[in-house]
Amino acid sequence: MARAPRTSFDVSVRNASLRYAGALLFDRLDFTLPAGQWTCLLGPSGVGKSSFLRLIAGLVVPDRGEVVCSDRQPLAPRLAWMGQQDNLLPWLTVLGNVTLGARLRGERPDLAGAEALLARVGLTGQRDQRPATLSGGQRQRAALARTLMEDRPVVLMDEPFSALDAITRARLQVLAAQLLAGRTVLLVTHDPLEALRLGDRIHVMAGHPARIEAPICPAGAPPRDLHDPALLARQGELLAGLADAQEAAA
Amino acid sequence: MSNPRPLLVLAGLLLLWQALVWITGVPRYLLPPPWLVGKTLLSEAPLLAHHGAITLVEILLGLVGGVLIGAVSALAMAFLPPLQPWLLPLLVLGQTIPVFALAPLLVLWFGYGLASKVVMAILIIYFPVAAALFDGLRRTEPGWLDLARTMGATRLRTLFRVRLPAALPAFGSGVRVATAVAPIGAVVGEWVGSSAGLGYLMLHANARLQIEVMFAALIVLMAMALALYVLVDRLLVRLMPWAPETLARSAN
Repeated sequence: MARAPRTSFDVSVRNASLRYAGALLFDRLDFTLPAGQWTCLLGPSGVGKSSFLRLIAGLVVPDRGEVVCSDRQPLAPRLAWMGQQDNLLPWLTVLGNVTLGARLRGERPDLAGAEALLARVGLTGQRDQRPATLSGGQRQRAALARTLMEDRPVVLMDEPFSALDAITRARLQVLAAQLLAGRTVLLVTHDPLEALRLGDRIHVMAGHPARIEAPICPAGAPPRDLHDPALLARQGELLAGLADAQEAAA
Repeated sequence: MSNPRPLLVLAGLLLLWQALVWITGVPRYLLPPPWLVGKTLLSEAPLLAHHGAITLVEILLGLVGGVLIGAVSALAMAFLPPLQPWLLPLLVLGQTIPVFALAPLLVLWFGYGLASKVVMAILIIYFPVAAALFDGLRRTEPGWLDLARTMGATRLRTLFRVRLPAALPAFGSGVRVATAVAPIGAVVGEWVGSSAGLGYLMLHANARLQIEVMFAALIVLMAMALALYVLVDRLLVRLMPWAPETLARSAN
């Protein structure tokens, strides 16, 4: 599978409002995902991060506003989405799940490409197993391989590593950062450390209706080293900021 | 058979039956003892096999027809949501008509032969299959549908590659219920009007006070229904090695 070139267009959300169960989640929100960068959206549970990501993915229709690309081409066929659950289909093997997109579009699945990706995420030995026989970390690796198999310039990830144990999570973060370098990525997370490891830009989303604050841009290229004292200090600041935001909202 | 429990239960029931006959001294033409029924099973084997085969064919044809028609209507309702408000009440309404009450009419319309019994079985099987599959199709994991959407799947491909496989365990439950009730349809049809089949044999024997023949026919019917159920159940398990109930079974 050829490495995709660096993504060349920005994705912008303009003037977006969304109601959920009667409450206004956010109102006239503007937000941009700069081309080829990892943007992390950090915020407390229930603030509307997932809904915001789903809005960009085209899975929910906003009450107002639009999502546009800077090159004026449609976004939908150029994005891949990875949800909170691994969403592996239990009746397909790992290989079948990784090549699902092609099958759903009626295309011929690129089996060689899929096997190469499985090798990169370390699942070669599990190729013909069904998801039920995999560990949590293996399942999330398979989901990551499926997302990469789509080979899209824009990748939206909704807390993809939140259900994993700390060690598996750290490994998968590194893997995702390597494999998705050069693409436009939006990672929604509630974990400040994850955002600091992976994000070129980190936005905090807080309040009711939610606002998105100006980005924090940590130094150095992701995935950043967990031993870096500056990174840990930043984590402290972010946690304090999140706590303030939550109190202000309460 | 590694599990002896079903055989033990069966033996217990036979003993209870024999004890009841001994204690009450009930005459043979009311309740024949189990040994007499066993003897009849052997002596009347050709007769029972002949009528049993006819009933079996009715059950199998009804099962295939009912499952096919039920599956097609569930898929149609799932794929064409505008159909739902029209078809769903019709489905429920159809289920409120007791098939037993329809039986004489069906015999009138479709004759004394095979057709009326097959139609009766189809009518009984159709509802549990259609309802179970439609329910399964409506309950697809939302994340899978989201994934299919972001992958650019058409509705038809989403239906056949995501929703239908996801609904197969529910469909399987419907087919299991259908397999269990299918013999009822066939036998009721035979009671109302026929010249062959186990239902006919039972009525015929009953009228002549050959109660042991009636019991023998009943036992053949039960054995057929049970064998069919086990067969269908095994087949479903083999077809769906990923289904939760299959995984739970293999874990035991």
